[in-house]
Amino acid sequence: MLKLYDYELSGNCYKLRLLLSFLGVEYKSELIDFYPGNQHKSPEFRQINPLGQLPVIDDNGLVLRDAQAILVYLASKYDPSCKWYPRDNPEMLGQISQWLAFADGITGTASAARLHDALFYNHIDVEAARAGAHRLFRVLDEHLFFAEEAGQDWICPGDHPTIADIACFPYIMLSEEGGIPRIDYPAIRRWSDRFKRIPGFTVMSGVFPAGPAAKDSSKAVA
Amino acid sequence: MSKPKCEDQVALNLWYTIAPIAELEEPGAQQTILLEQQIAYARNAAGEVVVWAHEGVPGGVPEQNTLPVQERYGYVWTTLGSPNSDIFPIPEYAEADRRNIHAATFGVNVSAPRLVENFLDMGHFPFVHTDILGAEPHTEVKEYFVEVSEERDEIIASNCKFWQPMAAAASSGGADVDYIYRVPHPFCSVLYKSSPLDESRKDVIAIFIQPFNQEQVRVHMLLSLLDDANNDTDIRLFQQTIFGQDKPILENQYPKRLPLDPRAETPIRADKSAIAYRRWLSGKGITYGVIPPAA
Ligand SMILES: N[C@@H](CCC(=O)N[C@@H](CS)C(=O)NCC(=O)O)C(=O)O
Ligand SMILES: [Fe+2]
Repeated sequence: MLKLYDYELSGNCYKLRLLLSFLGVEYKSELIDFYPGNQHKSPEFRQINPLGQLPVIDDNGLVLRDAQAILVYLASKYDPSCKWYPRDNPEMLGQISQWLAFADGITGTASAARLHDALFYNHIDVEAARAGAHRLFRVLDEHLFFAEEAGQDWICPGDHPTIADIACFPYIMLSEEGGIPRIDYPAIRRWSDRFKRIPGFTVMSGVFPAGPAAKDSSKAVA
Repeated sequence: MSKPKCEDQVALNLWYTIAPIAELEEPGAQQTILLEQQIAYARNAAGEVVVWAHEGVPGGVPEQNTLPVQERYGYVWTTLGSPNSDIFPIPEYAEADRRNIHAATFGVNVSAPRLVENFLDMGHFPFVHTDILGAEPHTEVKEYFVEVSEERDEIIASNCKFWQPMAAAASSGGADVDYIYRVPHPFCSVLYKSSPLDESRKDVIAIFIQPFNQEQVRVHMLLSLLDDANNDTDIRLFQQTIFGQDKPILENQYPKRLPLDPRAETPIRADKSAIAYRRWLSGKGITYGVIPPAA
């Protein structure tokens, strides 16, 4: 069975739990003592990922690291509808890749600030990380605002979310734990409310389900 | 140490956990903050734990002007003042068959008393820890007892009962769980909950809060459990999952400091214990991390 080297409080691991839940793919979590055990930096774990990072998957012997890369792989392999990653559509693939890279930028800023505040990663320049996150959130908020104007609900065109939405979602939702408020990003808020209503959506610690009012207006997208 | 930045003499005279002892295996001095004072800790050449205050550069391990140190429950404790009592007892910690596990130390942008109060509140279980520590429709907090033990100077809430889908990593299904809460220190609490393994005994979960300042803390979480099935990682991560759910709730509390004026806030449901806690803090004259009652 597909194995995910997993840590509950990791937003990058959560990206994969989300996609696997949307797709209804069974998997086994191998829990890693990321904190305080630092198990991802152990010699044993570096055999699995020399970068000493989560997440990693092992799918029948294929070992892959990097949340974005794994999203591409899992969606290509396990989504027969091809909606999460429309692999025959070059325009979409280009745009999805652009936002996957953007998502890694969110990890480098918003997630870094959260690690600083919650887990004492004291070497991080937290003010720079917060400022960087705000720059990215501003870009995404504007993008989503114009997308909505064009009748588009998701980061990339089309009426179905893609792995780009999944990749951006976790560390935006957890940003307040790093001292990054989101009140100035209304389009991001509306998008994240829509995201939480995707059938199969699951939470992680620190992310809450859509409010009850939202349920009624839910619209099937899967 | 120059004049302390914290002006609350009661808070200054308390013992505080500043780190799990395991952290001292790392080479060099570690740094943290206690009540706005920068402090460092390390083992000296003789292997003893040394804690000292500094103003920016910790330097090498000093031989003089160090702070009092105790090692207790797997953590290093220190104080910036002169405590008039010892660290409170947790007798269960010494029981031979218990698993004593440091679950985590987490930074939280909230005051220490708000964190203690959330820890005492069972009402949030079904909504915040859905399908783990609670689930709808089992939302009722039944009547429980609260007393302040004069002799031990601590608050005890007992006879608390709650239905829980997954009370601990060792649980195999839902159960009615009995709780006892102790608040033996203004910024620490110890809870006892029915053990899934042994009806006659209880699991222990303790939080020891280290205030960085009045609105930012770190919390050290100790588990002392009966569990012969799960490994340390599973036990630890179960507790982290729960705390990760509380964190955004705590950080969104407004105001961040706990108002002690009885009229200040419509108290949340089920908070006999919260009311007792606020009154107890007022009685002690604690001003740190609270909004004192208007005179
Ligand atoms: N680009 C990687 C970043 C992964 C990452 O930052 N993982 C974190 C946990 S969420 C980690 O393992 N950090 C440890 C480190 O970077 O040293 C991805 O998207 O998977
Ligand atoms: Fe909680």
